[in-house]
Amino acid sequence: MSIILDKVNYVYSTGSAYEIQALKNINLQIEDGQFIGIIGHTGSGKSTLIQHMNGLMKATSGGIYFNGRDIYEEDYDKKELRTRVGLVFQYPEHQLFETTIFDDVCFGPMNQGLSKDEAGLRAFEALKMVGMPESLYYQSPFELSGGQKRRVAIAGVLAMKPEVLILDEPTAGLDPKGRDEILDLIADMHKKKKMTVILVSHSMEDVAKYVQRIIVMNSGEIIYDGTPGEVFRHYRELETIGLAAPQVTYLMHELKEFGLDADTDATTIEEAKKSILKMFR
Amino acid sequence: MLRDITIGQYYPADSIVHKLDPRVKLMAALIYIISLFTFRGVAGFILASLFLVFMIRLSKVPFSYMVKGLKAIVILMVITAAFNLFLTPGDQVLVHFWIFTITMEGVKNAAFMLVRLIYLIVGTSIMTLTTTPNQLTDGLEKSLMPLSKIKVPVHAIAMMMSIALRFIPILIEETDIIMKAQMARGADFENGNLIRRAKSMVPLLVPLFVSAFRRADDLAMAMEARCYVGGSGRTKMKPLRYKKRDYLAYLILIVYLAGIILLRVFL
Repeated sequence: MSIILDKVNYVYSTGSAYEIQALKNINLQIEDGQFIGIIGHTGSGKSTLIQHMNGLMKATSGGIYFNGRDIYEEDYDKKELRTRVGLVFQYPEHQLFETTIFDDVCFGPMNQGLSKDEAGLRAFEALKMVGMPESLYYQSPFELSGGQKRRVAIAGVLAMKPEVLILDEPTAGLDPKGRDEILDLIADMHKKKKMTVILVSHSMEDVAKYVQRIIVMNSGEIIYDGTPGEVFRHYRELETIGLAAPQVTYLMHELKEFGLDADTDATTIEEAKKSILKMFR
Repeated sequence: MLRDITIGQYYPADSIVHKLDPRVKLMAALIYIISLFTFRGVAGFILASLFLVFMIRLSKVPFSYMVKGLKAIVILMVITAAFNLFLTPGDQVLVHFWIFTITMEGVKNAAFMLVRLIYLIVGTSIMTLTTTPNQLTDGLEKSLMPLSKIKVPVHAIAMMMSIALRFIPILIEETDIIMKAQMARGADFENGNLIRRAKSMVPLLVPLFVSAFRRADDLAMAMEARCYVGGSGRTKMKPLRYKKRDYLAYLILIVYLAGIILLRVFL
């Protein structure tokens, strides 16, 4: 059970004056149950990459395999692939359209061909998972606050019970509290539901705090792929492509230069705290 | 998915046609359209063709770009050709079956009509491919300025036009994203009968309208925040001024139009 990308290339507007190669020779294997962060600058190909994973975009060349089967085979059921690899787009609240929140969340399960009762049950579960108060279920989604709308939109994808959940900048435009809530929710789902989660972001702090593996993209290529510790060791190179390591990394490196025995692989405040306390023991 | 739409598609290149004043190009398009419906006979047709080839060469835009626009009017072309072919009365009957009669005149008319339509689209697409939408509305505003004397809100119209043009690519992109987002939720826009397909548009159209209104609202607010009041007293950073090449272009246009008219009168 995994997603494998084999030498995937993607070119926008082939043969015109605006031709851009958005993905260059991407090789990637995503194992079951991993929590992965994809980081990169705007226009680095992150969004293009994730849209290949559920077959919304077709690679110009190369192959993509989901659970061992080539998704570009003639008779491969793309619709089923999309329900198994759930994709939450950037600003997902802009896609709400139904008259009530509950109906909107039902949209996905209904498209899967479930009965009305089953779809309702799924919607109920999903809304509960994202922490929506029941009193709001039959309100118009357009009356909610930004953060709540986003929860509803995420519930809309969760209701399809995907095995892999991909989120494109789920915290963009939210205040710190809303951001933490959404990220905690995602981390919780990864832990409890054993979902594979792919989080696209350009906030290093967010990514470092939650994920097990980081993939760094720059102008259509994967330049680093490893644990947060491994990736942020290249913090100087990250800076040259317009990214940065978490502030903790900088602190630890400075402590080390100062002559202290600081663990420079620490990427979260927790880890840094442990390392610093150890120094004084 | 929706990137094939060619309205307002500017093709950047470094050519004399690109550099021309948009007013010249607007006028040229108008004169060319008039000439297409003025010429009669083979001589006029040759002149119109030569002029078109000359313009295409000069514009440095790949020919394939202009042909793209033709796809949209294939049905119109077929219907026009069919009407001319079957419904033109004449003496020289070529084929006659049931209620249809094809005459020599009909064949000629249909052929000329097709050529006119094709030239019309290709000719005007040279204008849109070599002029940015902003230049185009600038040119239109300035050309129509005399109308403001009789209380036509020329500036407001031009502003609305440029905003509308500016929003086209944004809304296309937005449609693309919403479509994909709903497809990620299992929506199906391609299969099913007409009613099912119309119904499947709801999840696309509702968010699209909501976002269009939101964008319009934001834009209005932003304009007001910068004290936008409209036409009177506004100056331009890049005011339109005729240069030598523009006068030359006008001259060529007049000669061309005169040629077409003369050919019609004397041949």
